[in-house]
Amino acid sequence: MRVMVMVKATDSSEAGEMPSQELLEAMTAYNEELSRAGIMLAGEGLHPSSRGYRVQFDGKKRSVIDGPFAETKELVAGFWIWEVKSMEEAIEWVKRCPNPMPGPSEIEIRQVFSPEDFGAEFTPELQEREAKLRAEGEARQRR
Amino acid sequence: MSDTHRAVEAVWRIESARLIAGLARLTGDVGLAEDLAQDAFVAALEQWPVEGIPDRPGAWLRTAARRRGIDQLRRRTMTDAKHELLGAELSDIEERTPDLAAAIDDDIGDDLLRLIFIACHPVLSAEARAALTLRLVGGLATEEIARAFLVPVSTIQQRIVRAKRTLAEARVPFELPRGDDRAARLDSVLEVIYLIFNEGHSATAGDDVMRPELMRDALRIGRIVAELAPTEPEVHGLVALMELTASRGAARVDQSGAPVVLMDQDRGRWEHLRMQRGVGALPRAVRAGPLGPYALQAAIAACHARARRAEETDWPQIAALYDALAQVMPSPIVALNRAMAVGMAYGPDAGLELLDALADEPKLAGYHLLPAARGDLLERLGRGREAGEAFERAAALTGNVRERELLVRRAAVARRG
Repeated sequence: MRVMVMVKATDSSEAGEMPSQELLEAMTAYNEELSRAGIMLAGEGLHPSSRGYRVQFDGKKRSVIDGPFAETKELVAGFWIWEVKSMEEAIEWVKRCPNPMPGPSEIEIRQVFSPEDFGAEFTPELQEREAKLRAEGEARQRR
Repeated sequence: MSDTHRAVEAVWRIESARLIAGLARLTGDVGLAEDLAQDAFVAALEQWPVEGIPDRPGAWLRTAARRRGIDQLRRRTMTDAKHELLGAELSDIEERTPDLAAAIDDDIGDDLLRLIFIACHPVLSAEARAALTLRLVGGLATEEIARAFLVPVSTIQQRIVRAKRTLAEARVPFELPRGDDRAARLDSVLEVIYLIFNEGHSATAGDDVMRPELMRDALRIGRIVAELAPTEPEVHGLVALMELTASRGAARVDQSGAPVVLMDQDRGRWEHLRMQRGVGALPRAVRAGPLGPYALQAAIAACHARARRAEETDWPQIAALYDALAQVMPSPIVALNRAMAVGMAYGPDAGLELLDALADEPKLAGYHLLPAARGDLLERLGRGREAGEAFERAAALTGNVRERELLVRRAAVARRG
């Protein structure tokens, strides 16, 4: 299964404070460990929300809102995408992560949808599109 | 299964390869190392649900395994001088190094690589290598391996026991192969990983077209080797090939579970992250001189990945890559694929000409994709009846239920013209 592992923002990350040399080294070592375990597919750090935007939707209306955003603890400061066998394995790996922030912090793990998760739950539109594609395929073959 | 039980299994998956590798270096015996690690795992299954998961579960397992090793060696009748020495050595290390975790962690990368080399050792049969690699490096339980290969648990158990015995009898040293030997041994490692991947990708038996879990296990082990041996171009070639092949996984079957051929796949369902990783790994697969077989196959897969629509496929480029592949890895299967690529690039007549040259190839006798390819080319030439016959012959030859259904369908379509 695939998980997205999100490092939540803190006041310090939102203030744009750079991590200490010590933390940088610990994080580099941790990232190397993830790579060497063959589970890391991607990972990036994000700028503070002061450099971000939000687009709000209401029917056909779109409004753009500038950062920074208030609810710091709900913001994401960085993320990884891992491929693991189970949620428990992801939790065990996260427990091995150095504290990513100078103060108390939080990391959230969410499972990424995969085609298998949809299974029979394909929406009717998708099913119709599938059927159409198959028909086209057969028509092509007949040609 | 309780939460703690699942957590212990997760810790096992993370720690087992390093644990076994470290113990194998200390004992010089992979079989013994695995037994000790297993004992520690069983102890964890007993104690952690009661005492809670320790803060440093890896260190806990290492300590438990080492203690068991010392006990066991002391208890044994010490007829074997080597064992006596070993027991002394283990307790000696324990006394000298307060943090044994650190001692074992030293050079853990090299130990892991040694473990991979030994699990894929040429004295073992291909089946044994695959089972042992999944067990020792992938951290899979015997039951999981049995499920993956659709064989009884006892078969895998025997396979692993016998493999460990063979390694002990052949006195295979726990070392990194060097010089010419290294290239041959690395080939064996890559071969095993690709074999596991292919078993997951094109299941040779059973009702499913794919067993994605096995593909992911192979990919994971491939990525580990790429990290441990980063200067080996073909390792990156293999990883790129597996990522790119796996990226098409979701599109290879339709909702009913029936296979969909490459050119008919919905490319919107190809996985971008994997394609990116695959194409991204390719530059590291380039080496001085001609590209290796895995790099070439990955380059071919990358050609498909780059084509947003099937019609945009660069077939002349693919045909050229197959030419190069036929040079470095001549095989009837490569020749078959080359014929198909030429058929797409320069017309079905050109492809059919190459294919006809393979008709008497003994290695392709009984191989369903030969008549399937013929059927495809004949169909495009408008020779519907012959195409139908070819597809029917292919259907009779495949062992995969889903594939047979597809071929029977194609035969009917071809006959209708």
